[in-house]
Amino acid sequence: MSNKINHSMSLAKPDAADISNKQKVALAIGILGLFILALALFNTNFPNKGLFLTLSLGFIAIGTIIYSRDAYLTKLEGIKNDGVWFKSISSRGIWGWILGVVLTAFYIVLYFYPQYLGLGKDGAENTGLISFFDPLSNLLSGRNASQWFVYGTLYTVAILAFGYKFMLKYRHNRYQQLRTASVMFFQLGFAFLIPEFMYVMNSDLPYYDLKSVWPLNYYIFDEWSVKAFLANGNIGLGFLLFGIISIFLITPILTYKYGKRWYCSWVCGCGGLAETAGDSFRQLSSKKMSAWKLERWLIHTVLVFSVVMTVAMVYTYLGYDHNTFWLTKGLFIVLVIGFLTIVFAGVMYFKRHELGKDAKYGAIGYFVVIALLVTMHFTGTSENVFFLKGSDLRSAYGIYIGSIFSGVIGTGFYPILGSRSWCRFGCPMAAILGFQQRLFSKFRITTNGGQCISCGNCSNSCEMGIDVRAYAQKGENIVRSSCVGCGICSAVCPRGVLKLENDTMKGRINPTEILLGNDVDLMDLVNKK
Amino acid sequence: MEHIVIIGNGISGVTAARHIRKLSDKKITIVSAETDYFFSRTALMYVYMGHLTFQHTQPYENWFWEKNKIDLKKGYVKNIETKSKTLQFADGDSLPYDKLIIATGSKPNKFGWPGQDLDGVMGMYHKQDLDNLETYAPNNKVCKRAVIVGGGLIGIELAEMLNSRNIPVTFLVREDSFWNGVLPEGESTMINRHIKNHHIDLRLGNNLKEIISDENGKVKSIIIQETGEEIACDVVGLTAGVSPNIDFIKESDIETGRGVKVNRFLETNIQDIYAIGDCAEQHEGINGRRPIEAVWYTGRMMGETVAQTICGNRMQYNPGHWFNSAKFLDIEYQTYGWVFANPREHEAHFHWKHADDTKCITVCYNTNTNAFLGINTFGIRMRHDIFDRWLTEKRDVHYIIEHLSEANFDPEFYKTYESDIYSAFKNELQTV
Repeated sequence: MSNKINHSMSLAKPDAADISNKQKVALAIGILGLFILALALFNTNFPNKGLFLTLSLGFIAIGTIIYSRDAYLTKLEGIKNDGVWFKSISSRGIWGWILGVVLTAFYIVLYFYPQYLGLGKDGAENTGLISFFDPLSNLLSGRNASQWFVYGTLYTVAILAFGYKFMLKYRHNRYQQLRTASVMFFQLGFAFLIPEFMYVMNSDLPYYDLKSVWPLNYYIFDEWSVKAFLANGNIGLGFLLFGIISIFLITPILTYKYGKRWYCSWVCGCGGLAETAGDSFRQLSSKKMSAWKLERWLIHTVLVFSVVMTVAMVYTYLGYDHNTFWLTKGLFIVLVIGFLTIVFAGVMYFKRHELGKDAKYGAIGYFVVIALLVTMHFTGTSENVFFLKGSDLRSAYGIYIGSIFSGVIGTGFYPILGSRSWCRFGCPMAAILGFQQRLFSKFRITTNGGQCISCGNCSNSCEMGIDVRAYAQKGENIVRSSCVGCGICSAVCPRGVLKLENDTMKGRINPTEILLGNDVDLMDLVNKK
Repeated sequence: MEHIVIIGNGISGVTAARHIRKLSDKKITIVSAETDYFFSRTALMYVYMGHLTFQHTQPYENWFWEKNKIDLKKGYVKNIETKSKTLQFADGDSLPYDKLIIATGSKPNKFGWPGQDLDGVMGMYHKQDLDNLETYAPNNKVCKRAVIVGGGLIGIELAEMLNSRNIPVTFLVREDSFWNGVLPEGESTMINRHIKNHHIDLRLGNNLKEIISDENGKVKSIIIQETGEEIACDVVGLTAGVSPNIDFIKESDIETGRGVKVNRFLETNIQDIYAIGDCAEQHEGINGRRPIEAVWYTGRMMGETVAQTICGNRMQYNPGHWFNSAKFLDIEYQTYGWVFANPREHEAHFHWKHADDTKCITVCYNTNTNAFLGINTFGIRMRHDIFDRWLTEKRDVHYIIEHLSEANFDPEFYKTYESDIYSAFKNELQTV
């Protein structure tokens, strides 16, 4: 792919080695921090774990900070993408593959073999890496660490350190800075600290990251979760209600006003990691038409799976008799089908012209879901749905979607597939928000008349694999369900062609054949259909 | 079926092909000697800088051409036989046509400097120039210094490219300030300072005298006309403008001047032969435009227009309000309407510059009628459609300044400068 002619045999291509001495020192400090973690993983018995943990995480953060300052503050403000496609790590070179394998291995161990990280089973003491994090966990919530605490801590450190780097990289761009500050805040507060403090206040409450909305948070309506909420009086009930309000009220209103970016690139933790630690890999997402087709099938299949799975889960623990609890199996199914029907009928009535031939796929999807739900009702029991154990369906979703897709592939494959492959191909929450963004939202990326020069910087930097240029060069606004509104296409555009904005719904989708600047009569003739 | 042959697969030729396809099912063949597929010429710089790969500069995936039944032929046209309506290729091949569109673009100017054809001397226009640059300036060890001759848009882009690989650059500009044949003084001098801030050795008012060869026929150094100074270098970039790439036509009966002469319908003197884009030369400039417009956008517009004519709706090339854009290192530039370097008769400029020296605007208006004539904007993005409308409506300059915020196109949360600009404008009026 590289246009360079003098390929050398070294691991890093010549330009990648071209870093300053200060950056080399910074890298060494960061690697030292990782090395301490590696020692802990292999059961090195540190005398003062708290001190060494602080040193380790501190070195990683300080290394990243020094490196970023030298990379960006020594230059004038502006776009900093020089050499992105020459560097081995960011162009699927050997370092990219090595990092991909290491990350993937980490996720597999994390999800499926936490004992190798040192998780003590059945009440046994933690060892290795997990015990290394015990002091911090004890400090925050008074209990020993789990693999999820280790992961959450590293995740938060990554978002904070690389978020700082990102803010320096885009120090001329306030949209990028505010957005990054926002994801850093939500990760540190909502995903990391608040759940720990909630545990201190009431240890019976299930882990609840308030910003994580169903269906991304696919376990919120599990029996153990709902029971735990309900067992905790008003506060538990409040959280459960907040979860439901988030889905049916907060999310649609914010998405209508601002597009799905309010969530995907301002709040969400998955998005937060992709935008910060994953920023160096954003250009790797495929912009091919074939990838777009795959995306649409895959993400909507996951959405159907998650809806049916969640309904089935709730269904299995509801009763038949309305005297015990007002919400019975039968009523629940009727409510779900009724809700889906209202949404479907509303979309078909108001938006059938916009949907065009996609309406057919929408209809197929709708009837598949309804058929599944009806079948479930007539074949299901308290234990079984679709002749499977309800809990098996739930754990299949947890393993294949929740763990393998979102974690192992979604993050482990950053250096190969780009930083948002989970958000693009798998996230059911993104599918719902995207559906709304495409049909009922004021958000769009406005194209500036005829100024596009088809250079391709926008498409290249789109982590969601949208071929932004295909729209911009037609003078057409970009209204795509997958757009997470990160705003990098607008930032890198050398001609000031793209602007993310919220305006009226009218005229938002504006395909044109002849661009602004040509003969007005010709434009009238051709663009008037 | 009528066979339309287009020579040149740049923005002009490809736009024409796409629109002919939309309007008809004629057989279409695009001929190019440069590359297999259409790419964005303006994006070549980003390939050298590592922002993109060459593949990314291709706006359409490779299946697009077959799907739309647009044939692509790689070959160098040696001669156009207008009597037999046949193209003769350098490799001996030939191709008959019914209608021919010449869209061969430009080539870099060379003004007969001694040494201008040495190894390591190049323009920055074709894909081959990029390959050449990659050979002679892969890094700052092979290329210890580069000299760029000619201070225009391509020159500053080449400087930015070399800068991205930490190759020291000496930038010879004939004028006493960068691009001041086009830009008003306040803007031009701001860009001078911006270039120097990027550690580029900008030499204003300096001309190239000659390029000196080493023993292998490769550039060793250059000599400056004014001072006689010799500057050692490994690469010389010649970026003193471009001219129509039409040498292969000179022998044919097609009328040429600097470019291929065309009428308002983009027709040449030979029936069924058209010329569009950089290589076309109008007999007279249209509405104050130059007879040859070597700009991406005009090439596209000519392509859109000629497709109508070829498909039976004979139409004049009648471009709307002038607009253009560029980027000078980190500073974006847009222009709408006419702002000349020096105000013409009954014209005045209002100039505002931000204290950080990276943002400014110049508004040109008529001193008799106060009509708004055009705007240059640096470091602040503005809306094309709004200015296009204001120009059509012949708005007053006061109206423009008062409503400037409606035209702002900067990303959300950016600082805005409209109130600064407004008060500067009021102050200037009071002092005049």
